[in-house]
Amino acid sequence: MSEVHAHTVAFVRTSEIPASPPPVAEAGAVKWIKDNLISGPFNTIMTILGILVVAYLLAGLIPWIANGTWTGADIRECREILQGSGGGCFAVIAERWPQLLFGFQYPDYLRWRPTLAFVLLFLAVPPALFVMFLPRWTLIVTAIYPFVAYWLIWGGTILSPIVAAVGFLVGYLVFTKVEKRGFVQGLAAGIVAAVAVWWIGGVIAEEFSRVGALEVVESRALGGFMLNLILGVVCVSLSIPLGIVLALGRQSKLPIVKGFCVVFIEFVRGVPLITLLFVANVVLAYFFPPNSNPDLIIRVIIMITMFSSAYIAEVIRGGLAALPKGQYEAGDSLGLDYPQSMRLIILPQALKISIPGIVNVAVGLFKDTTLVSVISMFDLVGMIRGPILSSTDWTGVYWELWAAACVLFFIVCYGISQYSQWLERQLRTDHR
Amino acid sequence: MAMADTNPQGMTVSDEVAIEIKGMNKWYGQFHVLRDIDLTVQRGERIVICGPSGSGKSTLIRCINALEEHQQGSIVVDGVPLSSDLKNIDKIRSEVGMCFQHFNLFPHLTILENCTLAPIWVRKTPKKEAEDTAMYFLEKVKIPDQANKYPGQLSGGQQQRVAIARSLCMRPRIMLFDEPTSALDPEMIKEVLDTMIQLAEEGMTMLCVTHEMGFARQVANRVIFMDAGQIVEQNEPESFFLNPQNERTKLFLSQILGH
Repeated sequence: MSEVHAHTVAFVRTSEIPASPPPVAEAGAVKWIKDNLISGPFNTIMTILGILVVAYLLAGLIPWIANGTWTGADIRECREILQGSGGGCFAVIAERWPQLLFGFQYPDYLRWRPTLAFVLLFLAVPPALFVMFLPRWTLIVTAIYPFVAYWLIWGGTILSPIVAAVGFLVGYLVFTKVEKRGFVQGLAAGIVAAVAVWWIGGVIAEEFSRVGALEVVESRALGGFMLNLILGVVCVSLSIPLGIVLALGRQSKLPIVKGFCVVFIEFVRGVPLITLLFVANVVLAYFFPPNSNPDLIIRVIIMITMFSSAYIAEVIRGGLAALPKGQYEAGDSLGLDYPQSMRLIILPQALKISIPGIVNVAVGLFKDTTLVSVISMFDLVGMIRGPILSSTDWTGVYWELWAAACVLFFIVCYGISQYSQWLERQLRTDHR
Repeated sequence: MAMADTNPQGMTVSDEVAIEIKGMNKWYGQFHVLRDIDLTVQRGERIVICGPSGSGKSTLIRCINALEEHQQGSIVVDGVPLSSDLKNIDKIRSEVGMCFQHFNLFPHLTILENCTLAPIWVRKTPKKEAEDTAMYFLEKVKIPDQANKYPGQLSGGQQQRVAIARSLCMRPRIMLFDEPTSALDPEMIKEVLDTMIQLAEEGMTMLCVTHEMGFARQVANRVIFMDAGQIVEQNEPESFFLNPQNERTKLFLSQILGH
């Protein structure tokens, strides 16, 4: 072998090779087209086919939008204006816009209340979503928001939401005081304190039901996209904490806790959401104490929350399983107890890994809120399917209405998806 | 390898007992990992534990802070008996520092937060004070300038030194090292060993599972050789390396020192 080498093996570098910029590659639009569109016969054919499909779709879509009309009181007027030009009859959206948003039973002179609640949502959500940029005290706004929103949308005395909020506050304060003796004792004491406040406060609120009273709106009057948003926001914010608890419970060493969580998760995942909604509609009332007949919307919230929390629990379990065992051991070896090491070490990392999965469930949940239309709730889909399409004014205007529903849902879901991608980038700590 | 000259045998070893293990046995299922372990560690003693892989040396030191459960025998750490009582376990863990082969830093926290987490939450130290302590120990391991970076941005050697500083922030009276240099590039082993030597010179009670025989000669008062879950031989480093008694020890030493 050694004869092959003409020179000797020994080598000593005497001068450094200076770093130089990489060679300039062929660049520009021409190269991009060459590489991506017409790099071979097969790709060229696919490119042409693709262009044809896009052109065909646009040829239908563009005149439909461009020639469409936004005025007209009913479908006949629409047809007169359009004169067979192939445009869409968007007048239905303009005319029924308030119904699409609020449903057909919400009193129109009170629509400013849910609208205000919606605007306030944009004040309440950022502190929770952008914790790392906003001062922590702004979270107070987020914490107060649910009670204000409830008061605005449903009306009634302001005392009820205040009592509810005070109950949570007292419960939390008692929890932090007693927590030093142990997490479980703290939790139990906190719950007892909160229930006591609610019980006493409930009596007082009933006594002074005229204090700060807004006109009451029944739950069954809620409808339209507002109902989807209420269900979506409430169920997502409830099912994430519940999902975390279920995921941790499933890992528990206590057989009863573990067994309960496993059975709950497996049962809920094995049942279609729509059956749970029918159960909510008819059967669930039997499980509540007599004389209390909780609103249909509360029963629906319970069912959707149960459903999505089981899915979120499984997503988070994946995140927990992905953490190296060393993280648990490091927490243990420093003397952190279970709640501390979960809260400070395990969950922040597991949740970060689980973000894509949680967002997936959240987006799915938000879209699944349209299923309530089958139990005769008039959400956006229920409104379109029921009162609007079956009215003689607008019968047969399918495309425009369903397109409007798609656009509304798409805006929200795309927003959620973009936020989650941004969040993932923010939480990346390895290569910064 | 004539490091024995620098062995600081003068370092004080008090009569006080730091760890006492008596008749300890442990099984993984049917597998008998630790067999009749008896070990008494004086305060200020520095013990190196070596042995082939699977001999139970890591398991032994992980039993001392209850990362592993033992089924038989007793372990008393700093006068606190290790039982299934969670209070005792937490007490022992906050007195005993531990460094792992893979550092196990918390990747979502900065170096400084890694170091202040346990003092703030376990010891209830005020944040400012915990940060001062953390900076003191980070300076000691010579990386105060990295305090606001994340573990992922540091080299292996730096990460292990942070891990040592993180343990020291709890002011432990005993330090356990579980193969602290095994996952490091050769160039980084020295910086970690230097930190450990410095710690030994300050009189810390240390139990190190390591194959760094140079380190053993330089700082250990005692070297323990384990095989098949038993303590096979223990002696002062000098005699241990120059005059091993057991056949198994001789074979092991010839294999790790013979090249």
